[in-house]
Amino acid sequence: MIKKLVLVAGVAMALSACGSAVKLDNVPVEDKSGSNTSLPGGPGTGNVGERAVTPVALDKNKVPDAANRVVYFDYDSYSIRQEFQALIETNAKLLKADKSQKVAIEGHTDERGGREYNLALGQKRAEAVKRAMGLQGVTENQLEAVSFGKEKPVMAGSNEDAMAKNRRAEISYR
Amino acid sequence: MMMFSSQHWDNAKMLKRNLLILIGSLVCGSVFAQFRVEVSGVGLTQVPIAIASFRGEESAPQKIASIVQADLERSGQFRAVDSNGAAMDEGSRPEVSIWRQKGADVLVTGSVIRLADGRFDVRMRLWDVVRGQDLGGQSYAVVAGDLRLVAHRIADFVYEKMTGDKGIFSTRIAYVTKVGQTYNLWVADADGESAQSALKSAEPIISPSWAPNGQQLAYVSFESRKPVIFVHDVASGKRRLVANFKGSNSAPAWSPDGKTLAATLTRDGGSQLYLMDANGGEPRRLAQNSSIDTEPTFTSDGRSIYFVSDRGGAPQIYRMPSNGGNAERVTFTGTYNISPSLSADGKWLAYISRVSGVFKLHVMELATGTTNAITDTIADENPSFSPNGRLIIYATHESGREALMTTTVDGKIKARLAGQNGDIREPDWGPMQK
Repeated sequence: MIKKLVLVAGVAMALSACGSAVKLDNVPVEDKSGSNTSLPGGPGTGNVGERAVTPVALDKNKVPDAANRVVYFDYDSYSIRQEFQALIETNAKLLKADKSQKVAIEGHTDERGGREYNLALGQKRAEAVKRAMGLQGVTENQLEAVSFGKEKPVMAGSNEDAMAKNRRAEISYR
Repeated sequence: MMMFSSQHWDNAKMLKRNLLILIGSLVCGSVFAQFRVEVSGVGLTQVPIAIASFRGEESAPQKIASIVQADLERSGQFRAVDSNGAAMDEGSRPEVSIWRQKGADVLVTGSVIRLADGRFDVRMRLWDVVRGQDLGGQSYAVVAGDLRLVAHRIADFVYEKMTGDKGIFSTRIAYVTKVGQTYNLWVADADGESAQSALKSAEPIISPSWAPNGQQLAYVSFESRKPVIFVHDVASGKRRLVANFKGSNSAPAWSPDGKTLAATLTRDGGSQLYLMDANGGEPRRLAQNSSIDTEPTFTSDGRSIYFVSDRGGAPQIYRMPSNGGNAERVTFTGTYNISPSLSADGKWLAYISRVSGVFKLHVMELATGTTNAITDTIADENPSFSPNGRLIIYATHESGREALMTTTVDGKIKARLAGQNGDIREPDWGPMQK
């Protein structure tokens, strides 16, 4: 696990060396699924032996890590910042590759204001992410937009830093 | 008549009992602390009332006289006059001149007697000490656990005799606490005491709403990792999942006949208002637009629904017919007005307004549109009118902690529910008890 993180960090550093604007969030997640299944030919054809077995590993780690499942929002805003486009694409790609996979997109707000109204605001954030994934071609029945309003902050405190961390939509694989 | 039978108690038993009460009050002191009543403003018309200690109440687990006094003071319509520890029972005729000297207009007297079967016999009488007139009395025989309720009923009796309005002291409230990662939905007396947990959950609970029959609560639970609406029978603990549609399900509100729930659903995209049978079933969409519509609440005649919408660009309170139709805007000041609560007589609208970045409880007189901010706090939430329309309970932050407060409609008398552990929020005032 640590090795893998180091590897990812290494890739990220290598990428960020190419351009100053690249953020860690934009690192594409390695897609292992399917890459080993498309060997040319089949048993008895070409230069593959008759008894060849193609290994298929069901990769349980295909779900992006936590950092690649959270979209942050500006105050009083539901528009997805450009920096999260790659994250949306990464998740959309996974969902398109596996139509049986479902996700809940969970919208959250900061602590200011009423609980029910914040629930509606969180819903708008969740639905914005859902729409963006729909535009990437993910089918409607794989996606559910729900809201937790201000009930589940990730960071305690009333400072802007905490509130910015709490204004988010989390893509939750189910 | 079994007057003064408490005197037959043997002393050792009494001592033991008092010791137990003493220990109990030390242990439970912070949990069962009384409301602290804050009075602000002048020019209040309040009935000066003396409440004598009930004869024999020192042997009962509840101090009836002080509960009655706290209730009446919290209403804002009574001012307690010190009774100097005078203990008079319901049978004694007061010396009117003494009480007039103390400045009292009315006097409450009574007694508490432990019956042979362990229950308590509580009797009281209300005196007009200006005219020297007996205004009537009440008597109750109850188990120890209902003594607080008896005190609240006595307060209701006095309140109604003196003001002509129904008292609300024997009603119940619901609220939610969060301690660590544990959420509890509580049902408590209107003074916040005698709280009993109706639901304990590791996930948030919001928006409890009493059914008009006072037996059930609708609320939003996140126990299935999304907001869904339950209807929960408080006495039996039986719960019914009434709204678990795709997306979020929230903001349940009962129609006055208890047959219909209005709620906010997102099943068709966006937060929109729907009506559904209170037993569940297919919801009927009330309005269709691309904005947020939420926080519905019925008028007491059931004909209209007040709700919050950001259709004008910012959240404001609107009103529409309860079967759908044109909405008219109700709030015009400010850019953030949410959480409407209506008084039963339809005169007042309580709501939360953001003013200069802080959230304050406001009250609007609906006939004139006159509005007033009635608190000094900055994070008020979720007001709920008492069923007689005289008090509002709301959540706020005080000294960095969540608190529940009651206030009179003019904001002059406030009381804080003290002593709850953790964060306390989402109050809803239940109906009159039958």
